[in-house]
Amino acid sequence: MSPLLDIRGLDVDFDGRPAVRDVHLTLDRGEVLGLVGESGSGKSATALAVLGLLPGNAVTRGSVRLEGTELLGAGERELTRIRGSRVSMVFQDPLSAFTPVYRIGDQIAEAVRAHRDVGRERARERAVELLDLVGIPEPALRARAFPHEFSGGMRQRAMIAMALADDPDLILADEPTTALDVTIQAQILDVLRTARRETGAALLLVSHDLGVIAGMADRVAVMRDGRVVEQGPAREVFHRPREPYTRQLLAAVPRIDTPRRTARADGEPVLRVRGLTRTFPVLQGSVVRRRTGTVYAADGVDLDIRRGETLALVGESGSGKSTTLFELLELAQPEAGTVELFGQRPGTLTKAETRALRRRVQIVFQDPMASLDPRMPVGDIIAEPLRTQGAGKAVIGRRVPELLTRVGLDPAHADRYPHEFSGGQRQRIGIARALSVEPELLVLDEPVSALDVSVQAEVLDLLRRLKEELGLAYLFVSHDLAVVRNIADRVSVMYLGRTVEAGPVDEVFARPRHPYTQALLSAVPVPDPDRERERQGTRILLQGDPPSPTHRYDGCRFRARCPLYPTLAGDEQKRCAHEVPEFEGDGAACHFPRVREVL
Amino acid sequence: MSTLIEPPEAVAEAVTAAPTGRTALVLRRFLRNRSALFGAVLLLLLFLLAFAGPYLTPWSYDHIDYGALRSAPGPDHWWGTNRIGQDVFAQTVRGLQKSLVIGLLVAVLATGLASLVGACAGYFGGWTDRLLMFLVDLLLVFPAFLIIAIISPRLRSGGWFAFVALLAVFAWMITARVVRSMTLSLKEREFVRAARYMGVGPFRIIWRHVLPNVASFLIIDATIQVGGAVMSETALSYFGFGVQPPDVSLGTLIASGTGAAVTYPWMFFFAAGLLVVFVLAVNLVGDGLRDALDPTSKGARR
Repeated sequence: MSPLLDIRGLDVDFDGRPAVRDVHLTLDRGEVLGLVGESGSGKSATALAVLGLLPGNAVTRGSVRLEGTELLGAGERELTRIRGSRVSMVFQDPLSAFTPVYRIGDQIAEAVRAHRDVGRERARERAVELLDLVGIPEPALRARAFPHEFSGGMRQRAMIAMALADDPDLILADEPTTALDVTIQAQILDVLRTARRETGAALLLVSHDLGVIAGMADRVAVMRDGRVVEQGPAREVFHRPREPYTRQLLAAVPRIDTPRRTARADGEPVLRVRGLTRTFPVLQGSVVRRRTGTVYAADGVDLDIRRGETLALVGESGSGKSTTLFELLELAQPEAGTVELFGQRPGTLTKAETRALRRRVQIVFQDPMASLDPRMPVGDIIAEPLRTQGAGKAVIGRRVPELLTRVGLDPAHADRYPHEFSGGQRQRIGIARALSVEPELLVLDEPVSALDVSVQAEVLDLLRRLKEELGLAYLFVSHDLAVVRNIADRVSVMYLGRTVEAGPVDEVFARPRHPYTQALLSAVPVPDPDRERERQGTRILLQGDPPSPTHRYDGCRFRARCPLYPTLAGDEQKRCAHEVPEFEGDGAACHFPRVREVL
Repeated sequence: MSTLIEPPEAVAEAVTAAPTGRTALVLRRFLRNRSALFGAVLLLLLFLLAFAGPYLTPWSYDHIDYGALRSAPGPDHWWGTNRIGQDVFAQTVRGLQKSLVIGLLVAVLATGLASLVGACAGYFGGWTDRLLMFLVDLLLVFPAFLIIAIISPRLRSGGWFAFVALLAVFAWMITARVVRSMTLSLKEREFVRAARYMGVGPFRIIWRHVLPNVASFLIIDATIQVGGAVMSETALSYFGFGVQPPDVSLGTLIASGTGAAVTYPWMFFFAAGLLVVFVLAVNLVGDGLRDALDPTSKGARR
């Protein structure tokens, strides 16, 4: 039998620069092919080339056949007939994939009607059915909503519903879960599996996340610099990789399921936070602004860091991680709760004392491009904190080359501008800047989440080395639990502005007690096809999205999504509903903590 | 790319030397830009002509030579004479003096004021923003021309500088609004936040991070402002404010020569030509500066 999709010798050039070179891929009916690679490896370009969706400056050569029909070089009319009806696409960013001014249901109905001669009413009904299939609650009602009224996860579900509209033979999914949180990612991957089961479509899944690929793909193709370097059955590629690059890639991926020897630090406390609260007013009206509500961004955060220790602050987007950080770094009196840095309370200090405290706490940001002034040479960027602390020219001239060497960059590059460096190098510059004033606590705001895995591993190594050499303490904020297991000594989990569980990293990961931590850990995919498939049966899937932080909930705020709550007896449920679970030191903020191993 | 390849001795030298710093880098990039350098030289020559010119000719700008009315350029009157026998060369260099100073000063003052007010309003927000923007709106609704017309005769004692200040005061508001909105988005960028958490003061942040990042816009605005200032000075002078006869500026010369452009071209084209050269030179310098400040621009080499 001839394969469903047959890509032979595909070349793609962008403005004469090669992006894809000599790619051969085949995909049988109902099969899932995972296309994996780092950014710039040409995996998205390959997927887009199938549907002729590449931008105008791209030149393609080779052959792409769908059941014997040549797609490359086919006319626009031919392609339009095939798009949607036989091959459909799920994009990475679901917000830009919907037209903001039309209702979701109408857009899906439009996709239904595009290739089939059905009535308007029938198409609408079909849209509601599809929304139901992808697990959107109250589909008839939600079909009337506009794209902005959907959360990211719901939009991605709707995207999948749209892709399914015409029973395609092949679904192309380009990084479908990259923009989503892990618990939502787990939901979406589940939906994709359901969708495949219902329609029997083949799936070409493009992702940089080896864990996602391991859980979904039957066969895997690894791309690098526009070429497929290795391809084969998923188990073979993951367990017995032939190519050195694949081996290197697999080795670089941080694993959530491998314990690491952590040092139990017992130095003096560096940071102590109790019950930190930060609210933002919701204002309405243009002339007279009235406060109509409150966003409880952080509402009861507890943190403890000792000298030489790495504390990871973990949570999904909207959980208040960043708010907590920025609140700490303002060095002002918190709205409520207490903050102690090196035994001092910010907000009660004089100006000179605050300045001295600033030196001891420095930050490294997530996006290394955005956090470096594009108009400043790197030498000036690194010297900025020094200048602020009143260092002289001689000190700066000595320190800057020294710092560049320390983070593994060439000191001669001090008068280059940030855009001349790669992502990993830029993050090193950000680290050098933070280190310039010899801080004692380094706040790292998702320092590696914008980087490719191999670069990520290098930066993590650098951070580990610096910590040892300089005796730093890290407050490491991340949503990536695998990275956290790799670098942190202790972990603190946040949900909806509140700390729900904390403890030594191995303790929390091996024996999580809070149901939210359990769900979070169970949602993280592992880059191992066998274990990943085994875990799929026991995966804890949370329902829905995190609730809005504009409400202050009575009792436990995780109650609505808690997998444990429905199993409790009446009295116990009442306790969850009315009594806020207390949290102190290490442990879980749950009335009924039960250890459950999920890794 | 040539920017990435450096001769080995340069690398060895940089290791021992301290990093250059932004000012020196920008200057170096500016000097490497040939058209910018050409513009700067042109501007210098114009100044030389304007201030040394009067000493080169025996005629003074207000002297009337009754023997040579509307005479064509020749050995006696290099650039000819106008209809009442004044030497066009003497008048043009005198006018150039005025217009160079007015044009450049108004542009620098207006753009400077605009960037200061706009950046402060955007960066500090709150009441500072509301107050400054109220001021901007107030000045915008005032008919600028009328106000200048009313005030400028009273400021005659203040001399040309008062006039320059007056022109500048009414030329910065729209720029300030644009700078404010650009600052608002810059303020949310992480590198500004990073500077704040490092303890850098607000005015230093504005000076070191905000303004360099809106520099492209400011420079373009300033170069346009130069031409605009020369022209609005002309308009005011035409109505009898600003530069008054027998004193002249390029603007008044162009205004009075327009009618004779076809019949006695020397009365018009020398002044008009110099104005074009002036604005061109400013534009070249501005483009060069913009490229020097913007590290991603293709025009400039390091």
